[in-house]
Amino acid sequence: MAETLQITLTVNGETRALEVEPRLLLSDALRHGLGLTGTHVGCEHGVCGACTVLWDGEPVRSCLIFAVQAEGAELTTVEGLAPEAGALHPLQEAFRAEHALQCGFCTPGILMSLVAFLRERPDPDDREVREALSGHLCRCTGYENIVRAVLRVAGGAKPEAP
Amino acid sequence: MTRWVGARVARNEDPDLLTGRAVFIDDVTLPGMLHAAFVRSDFAHARVRAVDGSAALERPGVRAVVTAADLGDYWRPGPLLVPPPPIAGAVFHQRTQVPLARDKVRHAGEPLAVVVADSRYLAEDALEAVRVDLEPLPAVVDLEAALAPGAPLVHDDLDSNLAAFVPQGKGDWAAARAAADLVLGRRFRYDRGAACAIENRGVVAHRDPNSGQLTIWDTTQAPVPIRNGLAAMLGLPESRVHVVAPFIGGGFGPKIMMFYPEEVLIPWLALRLGRPVKWIEDRSENFLATTQERGQIHDAEIALDRDGRILGVRDVFLHDTGAYDPYGLTVPINSQCTLLGPYRVPAYQSEFRAVFTNKPIVTPYRGAGRQHGVFVMERLLDLAARELGLDRVEIRRRNYLAPGDFPHRHGIVYQDFTELTYDSGDYLPALEKAVARMGWEEFVGGGQERARREEGRHLGMGIVSYIEGTGIGPYEGARVKVEPSGRIDVATGVGTQGQGHYTAFAQVVADELGVEVEDVRVTTGDTREFGWGTGTFASRGAAVAAVACHAAAKLVREKALALAARELGAAPEELVIEGGRVAVAADPARSLPLGELARRANPLRGAVTPGTEPGLQATAYFGPDRGATASGVHACLVEVDPETMQVAILRYLVVHDCGNVLNPALLEGQIQGGVAQGIGNAFFEQLVWDANGQLLNASFMDYLLPTATDVPAVETDHVVTPSPLNPLGVKGAGEAGTIPVGAAFAQAVEDALRGSGLPGAARLEILEIPLSPNRLFELAREAAREPAAAGTPGAAVVGARESAADPDAESGGGGQ
Repeated sequence: MAETLQITLTVNGETRALEVEPRLLLSDALRHGLGLTGTHVGCEHGVCGACTVLWDGEPVRSCLIFAVQAEGAELTTVEGLAPEAGALHPLQEAFRAEHALQCGFCTPGILMSLVAFLRERPDPDDREVREALSGHLCRCTGYENIVRAVLRVAGGAKPEAP
Repeated sequence: MTRWVGARVARNEDPDLLTGRAVFIDDVTLPGMLHAAFVRSDFAHARVRAVDGSAALERPGVRAVVTAADLGDYWRPGPLLVPPPPIAGAVFHQRTQVPLARDKVRHAGEPLAVVVADSRYLAEDALEAVRVDLEPLPAVVDLEAALAPGAPLVHDDLDSNLAAFVPQGKGDWAAARAAADLVLGRRFRYDRGAACAIENRGVVAHRDPNSGQLTIWDTTQAPVPIRNGLAAMLGLPESRVHVVAPFIGGGFGPKIMMFYPEEVLIPWLALRLGRPVKWIEDRSENFLATTQERGQIHDAEIALDRDGRILGVRDVFLHDTGAYDPYGLTVPINSQCTLLGPYRVPAYQSEFRAVFTNKPIVTPYRGAGRQHGVFVMERLLDLAARELGLDRVEIRRRNYLAPGDFPHRHGIVYQDFTELTYDSGDYLPALEKAVARMGWEEFVGGGQERARREEGRHLGMGIVSYIEGTGIGPYEGARVKVEPSGRIDVATGVGTQGQGHYTAFAQVVADELGVEVEDVRVTTGDTREFGWGTGTFASRGAAVAAVACHAAAKLVREKALALAARELGAAPEELVIEGGRVAVAADPARSLPLGELARRANPLRGAVTPGTEPGLQATAYFGPDRGATASGVHACLVEVDPETMQVAILRYLVVHDCGNVLNPALLEGQIQGGVAQGIGNAFFEQLVWDANGQLLNASFMDYLLPTATDVPAVETDHVVTPSPLNPLGVKGAGEAGTIPVGAAFAQAVEDALRGSGLPGAARLEILEIPLSPNRLFELAREAAREPAAAGTPGAAVVGARESAADPDAESGGGGQ
């Protein structure tokens, strides 16, 4: 077997220790090492955004990072968004209310990016939401309802279609 | 009775999807699981001299390396999924894909060997150690060159690359042409790309040594046929094979393809190795190993009288079917049939040639060939309107089938083997709604011209019609059961890829049984829960599977009412079923909860009434005589920058008729998402092949999908003509959003550019999709070079007796 390294990181508030090969992707470590399979993998080259997690509060693509680089990092995945089991984060609630997901595969990564975005821009306009969202690919929804969900949770009035 | 059907209900499946709990294929983990990776051909066309896995077997963690030679009798070409419809004069050469290439590889990415190891990393490490000796052959890439004499052969045992030839028609085209005031012909090219579901494909297989049960998790849209097919291939009883289509991250058609090589091999490997085996496709594999749609080339003519009435259409086209043709003729027959659109076409002569090429297999992708047909017809009408000096809306008005024309029989054969027949429809109201909402009259009456003169803006408007054959048979089934808890359990055989079946089917059942939607748990895509069905395709979830759920729920309702009548001492017609209880309408205090009735229907002691069944459960099936026909109008307003050829989409409107609507939120979601895929098709997405059959843009860095800044909010409006083919009156809406998008943009962009003042702009015709800025620039340059009013190269006005308008005389405007 190849050489492995011991790493320790915090995921969703819990300290986790893992033994990893240096080449193991963070996305694979989260999914298959820690069983946090809510983080999805769509392209493995950093374009689709499905694997996005928060790293010290900032969105990163976990398919472009080696797990060893995450030594000491504080990560949040989609499993850590809801305040408690059985409840939803306000953005998750808004996604449901606006039908902002269909197959739901890209959704966890989008939620993570937009949670960080809303922290920076609590009251964005349509254009800013679209810019923030444009780093993610969604093949089902055509994006419009995701934009609405963000504006809804941001407290903006429900936008009328132009 | 319809508290839920037709309501905007939030989805039952969302909490699991939003919190990461939903199980997708790559989330399936089993103790002792091994991982597979495939050696794939680097060449598009080559003779296989040798494939040797012995060195790879020595690599760390490798448990097995399998080549075609190792498969023995298990190696055989896949089944033909859809046999050719019975059409006189049709030719079809069946050549289906193989599990691992043995003698020849026929497209880049075709699998040659599979490596199974302790981890995916180790399996991929060992791929390079598999020795592959290939003798490259000239590749068949271009559709027309493929049919030229002396072209290299994709299948050596055929004497050409012709995969199929299908002539269909009605009426007398020659007479129509001779009688016409205008005959107009053009060559059209319509290219489509890859479905690019964000989740790639995957298969996990495991034989439980205790039960002997083989369970296969598969990202398929057709779990029941997969189970039946694999049971036959593996020589197992169907009851020993259990297929689960878990949550699936988008399907769009390619996941209905059966049987992919990986689907055939992973279960076989799990049985042979006695360990669970997992294979998850990566994105670069997806571009080569998952089926696609691609190009067609149409040479089409339309014959009209001077008032713009269609006398006939003739269309001869080539269809790229890729290296194999397991899906039969579904895609080109959809093109052939859908071309007729919502119009009265007295004479139609159509023939196509499907062509083998050294490219991945072509099977349906959302729209499934309908786009190509709609594009040809809509563009012919646009060009004819210009020649005749007619408004583009008016020429459509004059040719629509009338409400009294239904059911309308077309006299040609559709993909479901029945005569192409429109069940119901009323096309004009959708068009007039679109005309009013877009402000068409004002726009063509001066608004467009004013914007150009006063603001220097080049605006164009497009407005097109389409029909969509939906909801074809043969059948789907459902089982509905009242649990002792009072909750309702529903199972059906179709798979779900995000359409909202867990909610739409629950709405249908909740109405019948008087419960809340969230109290109805729907299972789809698990053959142990429901083992009969065909799958999710052709927009048939609502029009077939939901109807089966409805029928089963009605039976359960009758059982509940009969039992409650006995228990409450009332007649069944005196009872109401609501709020999860059955009550005497006149005396609501006399009531029983559904759960209590379920318990009483399944007693542990005592006598059971002869002829009754235990429990409150029923199974029902539904199969329509033929498919329904949805329809609609798409309209858009664009602004083109003649310097950069960037197209801004200012408005997009869909007026849609899919019969009765189960859930408007889900329907609008399908439309918005469908239009987004159509925008990708129209402007961004093209698979680019070199002369050697290599795909040059096999990544999301190079193959561009539309993002949130490219897709506008789609406005929607509805017309409802219920389908007479099912009791819910639904038609299906899965593909309507994508089908006419290319045609709408071609019209709008051409409209904008014709008035742009670019040299030769009045001659510019858009006869192809997709339209990158680069390609638009080339088209404008070609138009500038054209000497006379002959249109673009390859295009010619043939036999026009009289031309009501000189295209060169138009300095712009709406093309009227």
